[in-house]
Amino acid sequence: MRHKLIGQLNSLRRLAAAVALLQVASAAAAGAPALKAGVFEPPRQAPDFSLASSTGHELKISDYRGKVVLLAFGFTSCTEVCPTTLNTFAVARRKLGAAAADVQVVYITVDPHRDVPARLAKYLGSFDPTFVGGTGTEDQLSAVRRNYGISAEKKTIGNDYTYAHSSFTYLIDRTGRIRALMPYGHSPDDYANDLAILLKE
Amino acid sequence: MRLLGIAAGVAAALGCIGLVPIQTASRDEIFEIPKGTWARRMSGDKVEILPDHIRLTLGLRDILVLRNHDDVPQIFGPTLMMPGQSFRLPFERASEYQFACTAHASGQMTIVVEPNPATPWARIAWRVRDMLHPPRWLSR
Repeated sequence: MRHKLIGQLNSLRRLAAAVALLQVASAAAAGAPALKAGVFEPPRQAPDFSLASSTGHELKISDYRGKVVLLAFGFTSCTEVCPTTLNTFAVARRKLGAAAADVQVVYITVDPHRDVPARLAKYLGSFDPTFVGGTGTEDQLSAVRRNYGISAEKKTIGNDYTYAHSSFTYLIDRTGRIRALMPYGHSPDDYANDLAILLKE
Repeated sequence: MRLLGIAAGVAAALGCIGLVPIQTASRDEIFEIPKGTWARRMSGDKVEILPDHIRLTLGLRDILVLRNHDDVPQIFGPTLMMPGQSFRLPFERASEYQFACTAHASGQMTIVVEPNPATPWARIAWRVRDMLHPPRWLSR
């Protein structure tokens, strides 16, 4: 019974992936803008960095050449933007089916004091076990943000603090170029659409 | 009699303006950083290129295009742009979009995407607003 259920679920996933690819093909045929995200022209190489990874190893963006990367910035105590965005990534990956193996989510914290690698791993794992987080010193993270044009402003609330930070996501292609920027609030379907296009290149 | 004729003419003109569907040559709303902007800012000039509120209309002008013609990287709207780089962001849903933008005093840039004008009055209002829209070079 359980095997039958898993088999049916897998079939549904394959069907969803096929529908996503068909949507991409029909959009292209209709001459619609290919990507839902904002596109950079010409695309530039994603600046490399070396941070502490939630996996316990070193995190370098260049290590993911060959994959399509969703690069986002945030902090694990974020109550609105980050959980929504990370859940959107997780759903989009599921929609892609087997092709999602070539999609890597990289989430870099803006809050190094609280977001140590173990905390990042636990937090990201609750969305998708393949997600990877990055942290480092204030100076390291500040340099990464500068290279990617990310803003992060610490705001004190009583004895606590929060961050106002850039909420968009970069889409980096298999060759390591920043191809597009997806503003906050887009649906998993929009991400699946764009990821499918970049994966096919 | 003459007044009646004028009134009929005005009514006919408004009817045409309101009933004829709007077509635009391009759906792009373009903002450009001209060459030398960084140098001007360094010399103390206050150069405002992007307003903190941008109004777009679905199906008519719903693609935000940013171009950096300067010689240095610039934070432009929501993103960092390299010299010679452009950024083209389409919108498919009418809504209000907030972006963190350090170039503005509020730290925010708001893009309001309005639905396609569906009524004659909405079309007249859109055409008038579009006619009064200052050319981009005036804001540099």
